[in-house]
Amino acid sequence: MAWVWRGLREGIVTTRYPRRDDGYGPGYRGSVRVAAGADPSVLPARPVEAAPSEQVSGAEGVMSGPDAGSGGGPGVLGLSDVVDRCPTGAIGIASRIPGSETLQIDRGGCILCGRCVDARPDRFTFDPRVETAALSRATLVVPQLDASIGEAQALEGLRSDLWRRVKALRRSVHIRHVDAGSDGSEEWEVAALTNPVYDVGRLGIFFTASPRHADLLLVTGVGTVGMASALRETFAAMPEPKIVVAAGTDATSGGLLRHDAANCGVGAIVPVDVWVPGSPPSPFSILHGILLGLGVLLKIRSTQ
Amino acid sequence: MSPPSTTPSSTTTVVEASEIAETVARAVREGGRFAGLLGAARPDAPPVLRAILAFPERFEIYESALATTRRLPALTPLVPAAAWYERELHDLLGIVPVGHPHLDPLVIPSDDRSLRRGEEGERGRAGGATARVGGTGVFSIPYGPVRSGVFESVEYRIETTGEEIHQLAPHVFYKHRGLERRFRELPYEDAPLLAERVEGTCSVAHAVAFARALECLGEVEVPRPAELLRVLHAELERIAVHLDSVIRHTEGAGQAEAFARLSLHKERIQRLRAQLCGHRFGRGVVVPGGVSGPPSADGRRVLDEVRRIQAALADDLDALMSTPSFLDRLHGTGVLAPEVVEAHGALGPVARGSGLAEDSRLARPYGAYRDLDLEPAVLTREGDALARQQVRLFEIGQSFHLVRQALDQLVEGAQGPWQIEVPPSRGLALSWVEAPQGELLYLVEAEPGHLVTVKPRTASFHNLALFPQAFGGDIFTDFVFVEASFGLSIAGVSG
Ligand code: SF4
Repeated sequence: MAWVWRGLREGIVTTRYPRRDDGYGPGYRGSVRVAAGADPSVLPARPVEAAPSEQVSGAEGVMSGPDAGSGGGPGVLGLSDVVDRCPTGAIGIASRIPGSETLQIDRGGCILCGRCVDARPDRFTFDPRVETAALSRATLVVPQLDASIGEAQALEGLRSDLWRRVKALRRSVHIRHVDAGSDGSEEWEVAALTNPVYDVGRLGIFFTASPRHADLLLVTGVGTVGMASALRETFAAMPEPKIVVAAGTDATSGGLLRHDAANCGVGAIVPVDVWVPGSPPSPFSILHGILLGLGVLLKIRSTQ
Repeated sequence: MSPPSTTPSSTTTVVEASEIAETVARAVREGGRFAGLLGAARPDAPPVLRAILAFPERFEIYESALATTRRLPALTPLVPAAAWYERELHDLLGIVPVGHPHLDPLVIPSDDRSLRRGEEGERGRAGGATARVGGTGVFSIPYGPVRSGVFESVEYRIETTGEEIHQLAPHVFYKHRGLERRFRELPYEDAPLLAERVEGTCSVAHAVAFARALECLGEVEVPRPAELLRVLHAELERIAVHLDSVIRHTEGAGQAEAFARLSLHKERIQRLRAQLCGHRFGRGVVVPGGVSGPPSADGRRVLDEVRRIQAALADDLDALMSTPSFLDRLHGTGVLAPEVVEAHGALGPVARGSGLAEDSRLARPYGAYRDLDLEPAVLTREGDALARQQVRLFEIGQSFHLVRQALDQLVEGAQGPWQIEVPPSRGLALSWVEAPQGELLYLVEAEPGHLVTVKPRTASFHNLALFPQAFGGDIFTDFVFVEASFGLSIAGVSG
């Protein structure tokens, strides 16, 4: 059978993303979020089902009651123990006002191991949504607290600055990928963007071999000492305007590989515009990061 | 020599450091397959060297503590397959194998000593990483570390007269992440997470190998349902990795339609894995003592989906393998003679394509492989890219067969248990699994609640050393096929 008929037989396999959200089903580890505060009087003795994320209100992250410190009753791990057990130190207790402590997760450090969700499903839950990229490193820390209104303004500034730069780009954009010390899985997820499901060509996005033709630098890996100069050279060889996307928790913070001053993420080597957490980030998350970087997403969303 | 101490299926013999090379060489002469020479740094004691020899029924480990000197007779002149291992020992521990023919940096670039932990060793300078090519007009070009396309970073230093590749030396140090050191630093509970990230495209194989080492030390038997789920995930992983290799061939050959079709199938496999456990690479499934829990998708529905993917994939692969313009590119490309493969003790599809059939799942069955039905890969001795491809296609079929057997049994009403407690214990364990790239070993030394050493020996590390030998008269346009047919992970080599 001719190849062309083989393709037609399948019907449409391409995702509608970004016009339609195209996330995975419940249970998919897109990111971890802090669940809504549960009633302290009905604290479970054993782990319970996570609160559905739809019901999460503005009060997320604020917790109160007797389980604030370590030891929350028999069979339940105290929150400070959960904080201690996070392999990358991604969980923080932002405010320790007795009776109303606030939990925060740094998605840029989270490797999605699920340990916090297993230990305290009343406090942590997986969020299957794939739009996990962010324009500033600081906004990967969730939930953002009220005190960070200044942060939001700074973000607006970043956004318009980015917008000014991407406006100058041609209609189609070219991506140069560089591995700066990945575990290999990130390359699979980047390469998946050209498969018929994601088919980024339909969005005018292409991969290029030459940095001289590249608009966007997509970097994976922890930022090893050995790759630093090659990465810097590639960035330097790209014409202005250019955008840098750090793809993955490894690229964002070094993840589990971070030690001392080494493997601290690629932000220490090149100026990063967009951060995509995930270990590895799914192709959707990477695409979200690319589109965020290109401002395309903003445009599509504003005309809807 | 002191009397041997025994753990299941592997024997450890302590030998003098000055005698280890001769002892290993003798074992190889007696029919052992050289499977690695690994070093371990210790905080308050001299580093330890361990050589691993594989025999049909068992592994033998020869162990030496380097009490007084870091200089010892090189093994490489006697057993050439040890060349990369001794270079790595030199980089990481400052061990000097005296008489090594080309002691160039392997995992740490020579100008970066800040990464090195052990004592400074002498840097050997007896020639380059490859034998010198004579004649006029031969020049050397670097290909990498940043290459065209989406690749892991690696540099191939290629010596050429313009078209033909004469010599080639892989430089893998660019992405050295310091895995040994991280394994030493991380708390006991976090080590399995790092194991999943040694070679991120085969997280399941690594997680199983690491878990098996702890289970061996703790002397526990993993519950049957957990073993079945491990097989399910490991074989889906093998299908994905093998498909990735085929996809890279189609990309190199400009077979756009086949590339699109096979990429779609691979994506479906990845999504199926995400359905089963919430992660596209199966991370978090395997834990020491079993698996983290039951599959999160309905077994019957998964079985249906597996059948659909298998049928569509088989159809497309049949079409690809009867496309002459594709086969022409692979035929006779990157030939590895059976003697070369045998002498090196090559692993996985790279070895099987040249007629070396060993597969850990059959030779040293573990877990549920002990009773599931599995056929050995077809024996071919051609040794070219096409032969390696045929091995992979056969193995994809066998993996589907295993996936369906495991699913059938899981659907039959496996309600767990999924995990058994592994008591903290002391000792040295060597575990093995058949990863998609071939035999994967983990050498784990533990104190109760603390890991002294965790050292993976990946098939990628062992096989990449053989890569330069696959270029006999091949030209530049063949490179992509030779590389894809090796199907290795650089992350698993650079450490
Ligand atoms: S999922 Fe793991 S890495 Fe992420 S916050 Fe929870 S414990 Fe930390």
